Amino acid sequence: MAIHLLIVFVSSIVTYNMALTYLLGMCPFISLSRSLNTAIGMGVAVIFVVTLTAAINWPIYRLLLMTGSEILYYIIFIIVIAATVQLVEMIMERFFPALQAAFGIFLPLITVNCIVLAVSLFMVIREYGFIDSVVFAFGSACGWTGAIIVTAGINEKLKLVGDIPGGMKGPGIIMVSAGILALAIMGFTGVV
Amino acid sequence: MGSQGLLKSRTAKTILDGIWRDHPVFSMLLGICSALAVSNRVANAIAMGASLTFVLVSTAIIISSLRKMIPNRIRMITYMITIASFVIIVDRFLKAFFPGISESIGPYVGLIITNCIVMGRAEAFFIQNNPYYSVLDALSNGFAYTYTLVIISVVREILGFGTLLGVNVIPAAWLDSWWQNWVVMAMAPGAFFLLAVFIWISRTLAKIETKDMG
Repeated sequence: MAIHLLIVFVSSIVTYNMALTYLLGMCPFISLSRSLNTAIGMGVAVIFVVTLTAAINWPIYRLLLMTGSEILYYIIFIIVIAATVQLVEMIMERFFPALQAAFGIFLPLITVNCIVLAVSLFMVIREYGFIDSVVFAFGSACGWTGAIIVTAGINEKLKLVGDIPGGMKGPGIIMVSAGILALAIMGFTGVV
Repeated sequence: MGSQGLLKSRTAKTILDGIWRDHPVFSMLLGICSALAVSNRVANAIAMGASLTFVLVSTAIIISSLRKMIPNRIRMITYMITIASFVIIVDRFLKAFFPGISESIGPYVGLIITNCIVMGRAEAFFIQNNPYYSVLDALSNGFAYTYTLVIISVVREILGFGTLLGVNVIPAAWLDSWWQNWVVMAMAPGAFFLLAVFIWISRTLAKIETKDMG
């Protein structure tokens, strides 16, 4: 059991990385990997929200299956995600104002970050159990965060080099560095 | 005559903005996830482009006709529920009529819900304009997204699999002598590199430059 969970966890980080293998969560990936600090802030917020929403969505999907209304799961999932984000924001504002100041601005953006919905959809497609789902969600979010932090680090160094052609500046060069990173991570294929 | 000309030019401007000047992918950088992920085969790209265009146009009709009735505070959730309903229709349609494609683009159809093109256009355009211009805007954005996907997927499918729409296009003589399928092109890194090149070329042509970020 423990070994199985470890396999789910490690494979969701390295072999099936959300950002570099499935190419998900790219909009914030491109726009936020320009500086290391914002990348870390967004990453932490994503880990928190993804794990929480997967844990909430799993029992709700069971309920939909039991009532034979699983056709509605897109609508239900996206409402759950939006509501969770709103709730987390309110709780943080009330009880942890310091935390809210640190990554509060990233929370509203998360609702439209496709990785949150994607993790819940993969959970349904792969028919994971509850514990598997939570571990998979946590691992995927960690993998995504790792990828965005590494790319941000590369881009902070690239700024010092300079001399990038005009049209390639910004998103173009971020994508090239992400591509090289994706090549590197392909080396893990078959490990788990 | 004057107002006729104005109408004409506004129609033309809406279309041109959508397909070139404010191109959703290379200029606004929206909808990158699916542009990268489903562009490994031309058939998938066309299916994805058509699905997105359908969702975009339907959302445009609903949101722009109801724009005076939607309370400002809950407009985001209204967009989401509208989009999600149409995505369910597309998903069921693909499952019923094109099971093969539905299988291979899998969760990415559901992810149209969080595709920022639809949300972005709803917030920036549909909520402020009447149905006529909204539908024009939706069509031109959908078209821009589709042709981007098709361009990228044509290159990726030929280089990665040696086929186009599933048909072999590499001459047999090449296959024997020097041609090797470039597997990386069909996988994630190839998508990144090709989209980077696409952005580079089209940004240079459209003279868009990102200022150095501080």
